[in-house]
Amino acid sequence: MLFNRYRRGLFITSFLAAPVILYLIYVIAPYLQAFYIALTDWRGVTATPRFIGLENFQRLFGDSKFWQAVTHNGALLVLLPLITIVIALFFAFLLNVGGPSGVSGIRGSKFYRVVFFFPQVLAVAVVAVLFQQVFRPDGSGMLNGPLMALGADPIGFLSDRGVAFWSVLAVMVWQAVGFYVVLFSAGLASIPKDMFEAAQIDGAGRLSLFFRITLPLLWDTVQVAWVYLGILALDVFAIVWVMTLQQGGPDSATTVMAAEIYRSAFGHFRFGYASAMGVVMFFFTVGFAILSLRLSRRERIEY
Amino acid sequence: MPNTPHISRRELLRGAALVPVAGALAACATPAAPPAASSSAAPAATSAANPFGVADGKPLEVWIFDGGFGQDYAKNIHQPLFASKYPKVEIKHNSTKEITKVLQPRFAGGNPPEVIDNSGANFIDFGALSQDSQLQDLTALLDAPSWDDPNVKVRDTIDQSVIDIGTYDGKFSVLGYVNYIHGIWYSQKAFKDNGWEIPKTWDAFLALCETIKKSGKMAPFTYAGKFPQYLYEPLLTMAAKVGGNEVLVNIDNLEDGAWTTEAMKTAATAWAEVGAKYLMQGTTGLDHVQTQTAQNKYKVAMLPSGSWLENEQKTTTPEDFAYGMFPIPDVTGSDKMPYGTLHTQPGENFIVSARSPHPQAGMEYLRAMLSKKAAGDFSALVRTMTVVKGATEGRDISPGVTSASAAVAAAGENTVYYRWFNWYGPLKDEAIAATGELMSGGLTPDKYLERIQKKADEIKNDSSIKKYKR
Repeated sequence: MLFNRYRRGLFITSFLAAPVILYLIYVIAPYLQAFYIALTDWRGVTATPRFIGLENFQRLFGDSKFWQAVTHNGALLVLLPLITIVIALFFAFLLNVGGPSGVSGIRGSKFYRVVFFFPQVLAVAVVAVLFQQVFRPDGSGMLNGPLMALGADPIGFLSDRGVAFWSVLAVMVWQAVGFYVVLFSAGLASIPKDMFEAAQIDGAGRLSLFFRITLPLLWDTVQVAWVYLGILALDVFAIVWVMTLQQGGPDSATTVMAAEIYRSAFGHFRFGYASAMGVVMFFFTVGFAILSLRLSRRERIEY
Repeated sequence: MPNTPHISRRELLRGAALVPVAGALAACATPAAPPAASSSAAPAATSAANPFGVADGKPLEVWIFDGGFGQDYAKNIHQPLFASKYPKVEIKHNSTKEITKVLQPRFAGGNPPEVIDNSGANFIDFGALSQDSQLQDLTALLDAPSWDDPNVKVRDTIDQSVIDIGTYDGKFSVLGYVNYIHGIWYSQKAFKDNGWEIPKTWDAFLALCETIKKSGKMAPFTYAGKFPQYLYEPLLTMAAKVGGNEVLVNIDNLEDGAWTTEAMKTAATAWAEVGAKYLMQGTTGLDHVQTQTAQNKYKVAMLPSGSWLENEQKTTTPEDFAYGMFPIPDVTGSDKMPYGTLHTQPGENFIVSARSPHPQAGMEYLRAMLSKKAAGDFSALVRTMTVVKGATEGRDISPGVTSASAAVAAAGENTVYYRWFNWYGPLKDEAIAATGELMSGGLTPDKYLERIQKKADEIKNDSSIKKYKR
């Protein structure tokens, strides 16, 4: 008996050992090292960084550019999930139960389902380069070409300070929506069809179907989507770095925390300072995770 | 509870024994301890032919930035020349577009390669390298006999500005190989066909812009709007022309109010006017390739750039385009520096790593590069002038290089340069962002200069940033 228990434990441990060790080496250890590097003035090439205490953090609190980046992450954190979820829910509803009979999708829904998923298949860097062309400010731009042909002035989607941030948000939404349409579709599929039928017999229109049946029963899935999108909004980097002017510009109008960290480390060679930013970002992310776990604690609905 | 996993004390101890292993493997992000002195063996004997003591049998590792000039010049010109003299030294040639990503870990790990062409958008910060004594002092190279003539020192075969600009902490340690000449570039064909004249004064320049704009044939002016450093270049050169070289010296030295001088105001106001009236539509969102290609298609007449332009555009330039370059026109009539004043700056920066295994070979490699044959072949291959004096003599060169070298000859002693952007990365970023705003009308000239001045002051008061003087 004891021997069996021992073997069983050994079996489990041997399976856990590999992932735990990998996790320790490649995730936990670098985190801890970042905390240490944040307390030094390391510039990346020396073998002996100098310990300077909390100086980097003091400097960080006066760094308006970093706080601008934090504001942008904050705005994305609110807007990206909101817009994406609203659009994705709308599409998922149309594709699955929005048809005239109420239990099937609108015409051609199978085709749309595939099309909506396309952006998700593309790598983020590809999307960024693609949209650079879409947003081009001259006649070759996909959006400005027709505008200019109609005699309007071209819009500086990426070069106008007031517009650039919204362009970034639009691209992120464009890329994310497809995945959440699929996620919500799966959620919808698990709702028994008779609920929709019963509601329809009671005379519910599409609108009340959506707000009284679909949304409440999908609430769990929506929460999951919210957390995923929140994380996406906090660690956004590639879209901003590749697509925007001056990597987060024009004039810092689209910069985000990850971009500032990269710039400090690999642009200005201030690895210590960049690590301090990373530590701050770490606490923002952990804060968001705790907050979202707290808020989403809710009873499940059993069918 | 036989069904729940149970970890015994022994297993816990066994697990604990693994932790140090993980710790040892995890020491990858933080720098390694400094290695023992790199060259334990005594350097090889020096001689007039081998002034630094290159050791036979010890390899030489070379990293080339694979950018506008490619890497063929190193493989087919420089390395064969070096190998002809040192056949027993194995040359390990490498190239990358991402110098920092590939080589920063090697510096941090204490085994950097000998020769690095530290160029491109992702070069390793020279200030950081210098601060950590990673740069080999190249003074010995300057005082060594030149490759071609044992009676002439290397120092006398290159432009003085190379030595000034390559000096960090009083030690010459960065060799700019290419002489970049900045100016306003145009098509000689377009100007001839339309009867446009090269403007000698700023008023004539504005009048020319007006003429071109009214002609409807093309837009008057553009710049790489995505990279506003292309525009602060003529702005600063103009300020130096108006207020004298000390304008730029003071900016480099982070003097109080250096950015907000009258000369800077004049220049910022002048360029803001161009930004407001004469830019090609969409300029602020286009990059250097897009704007330069627009010029090749005769959609825009003029743009500020440097002497690398012709080579960069060789695939899109029409046969008879004929690149030409003119200097910043006279602005006030009482400019401190005469017409023809040029911004010339050595670029394509080569360094030798002080902590590499064989820095002697690295210096010898640079000495070979500075020979007339190496430099001349280089110029012929990539259509760009080097810092080696007279290396293109008697060679057939392109219209752009001809135009640029004529401008250099005309400028004589009246050349200027600045270095702050290499010294203070955050200041460069601020100037780039602010210049973009100035040109798109988001900042007035006064606000523009105040903003950069504020950043300069911030850097001046930041004790963690090492300061430089020129």
